[in-house]
Amino acid sequence: MTTVYLDHVAANPVDKRVAETMMPYISGNYGNPSALYEQGRIAAQAIDKARQQVASLINAKPEEIIFTSCGTESNNFALHGLAQANIKKGKHIITSAIEHFSIHHPLKTLEKQGFKVTQVPVDGNGIVKLDELKKAITPETILISITHASNEIGTIEPIAEISQIIRQATGDGRQAPCFHVDAVQAAGVIPVDVQTLGIDALSLAADQFYGPKGIAALYLKKGTRILPFLEGGIQEGGKRSGTENVSGIVGMGKAAELAKAEMKERTALLKKLQKKLMDGLKTKVPTFHLTGDAEQRLPNHVSGCVEFIEGESMSMFLDMEGISVSTGSACVSKALKASHVLLAVGVAREMVNGSIVFSFGKDTTEADIDYLLEKFPPIVERLQSMSPLKKG
Amino acid sequence: MPEGYSEKVMDHFRNPHNVGEMKDPDGIGHVGNPVCGDIMEMYIKVKDNVITDAKFKTFGCGAAIATSSMMTDLVKGKTLEEALKVSNRAVVEALEGLPPRKLHCSVLAEDALKGAINDYLLKTTGKGLPDWKPHEESEGH
Repeated sequence: MTTVYLDHVAANPVDKRVAETMMPYISGNYGNPSALYEQGRIAAQAIDKARQQVASLINAKPEEIIFTSCGTESNNFALHGLAQANIKKGKHIITSAIEHFSIHHPLKTLEKQGFKVTQVPVDGNGIVKLDELKKAITPETILISITHASNEIGTIEPIAEISQIIRQATGDGRQAPCFHVDAVQAAGVIPVDVQTLGIDALSLAADQFYGPKGIAALYLKKGTRILPFLEGGIQEGGKRSGTENVSGIVGMGKAAELAKAEMKERTALLKKLQKKLMDGLKTKVPTFHLTGDAEQRLPNHVSGCVEFIEGESMSMFLDMEGISVSTGSACVSKALKASHVLLAVGVAREMVNGSIVFSFGKDTTEADIDYLLEKFPPIVERLQSMSPLKKG
Repeated sequence: MPEGYSEKVMDHFRNPHNVGEMKDPDGIGHVGNPVCGDIMEMYIKVKDNVITDAKFKTFGCGAAIATSSMMTDLVKGKTLEEALKVSNRAVVEALEGLPPRKLHCSVLAEDALKGAINDYLLKTTGKGLPDWKPHEESEGH
């Protein structure tokens, strides 16, 4: 059966070149990087190289990269670690209304521990309201965490402007609050430069740019205090102990190197596919309404809500045609709740469950998009004919 | 297969039975789940106290469509009394099971049917089902 994989926000294939680079550390050298003998040194050198490659992707210094096990860990680490390290300065944290659960859930825990959390609203395109952000900053604010780009609606946030607001908010010589960016969906896909953007901490995950699963990183600007996440030996500068996932780290390094080297050509292809899909949907599925910002959006991302029908049904029918997509419908959420992201951008309640996300990658072809545009409209029509919401 | 749907569920999802609007139905049941947002409409034709035809329209996931389809199958040809005894559990059994998180869809199907019978009784006798109201959202989860 045809397989058209359009769920790159959920997972990506491991690039062949990445897998090849990892192999010697999966079935070959097994030394513990902390060991002093040769096998250990080989592993430690491999990690050093990967750290440079990952740092280079986001224009950081190698010593500012801490390897973790996944994007969720990086986000949890950043929030808990930065909040606890700055607790004496204040207990106020700011975030946006459209963050991933790996931001919102740890913040709920921090609230229970006595921190105060402000959720800044977004506009109809999902862009953080900068004036509201500005107003929310108080002398008690120690940490601000904003996503770089949303996995659900694809909107890219104005990180540089946000950073500037944060720096200007405390013009009296006091230290500005820490700025953490969840860049799991963005890093490796669009250019991310932590220096020009003025970021203190940033989460990124390898599987978003064709590295393996189970490996991610937290960038932490030199001099930024954080509480360790895992305590034990002194791996990762003592901030995240535990024997390193050597093959994963090596894979993430190679994937970062390739992402940087090939970003221009990958982006050109993704933008072409994105335009093709957006144009095609506009003419073939008039009841599809784009969510997120049409311009300020990830190049690999087209999301929207379809009138009168529900996302799980759509994705199941697409699956039968060999097309893999995701949906933010309540029916597939663990809590059976409507997506907080779609509600935050003002999608009407009767529309949120019609959510569907098409996300593509460097190996997606125009033929794949053609196939989707051929199969999707009749599925929409069929489900709409079954819907009590569509009259006549 | 999503969430471990049975082959039977997939059958009824792929090719739902009795789907679509009914001309001049004798009873209409319209129910919605306020939590997940699913909406079902069931239509029945009744002759001599027997449900001669049942149809549905559903906005919802695979399980919601499959349970609507199965419910209409199960009650066709039954007397109103017999049909009222078809519980959400009977629908789940006939579908060879549902994932626990999707059980509420079967409750919605039961409510839609009862709503349609209630509507029919109201129209014909002026009295609906005694003490009937749709389940609360928490039930069936």
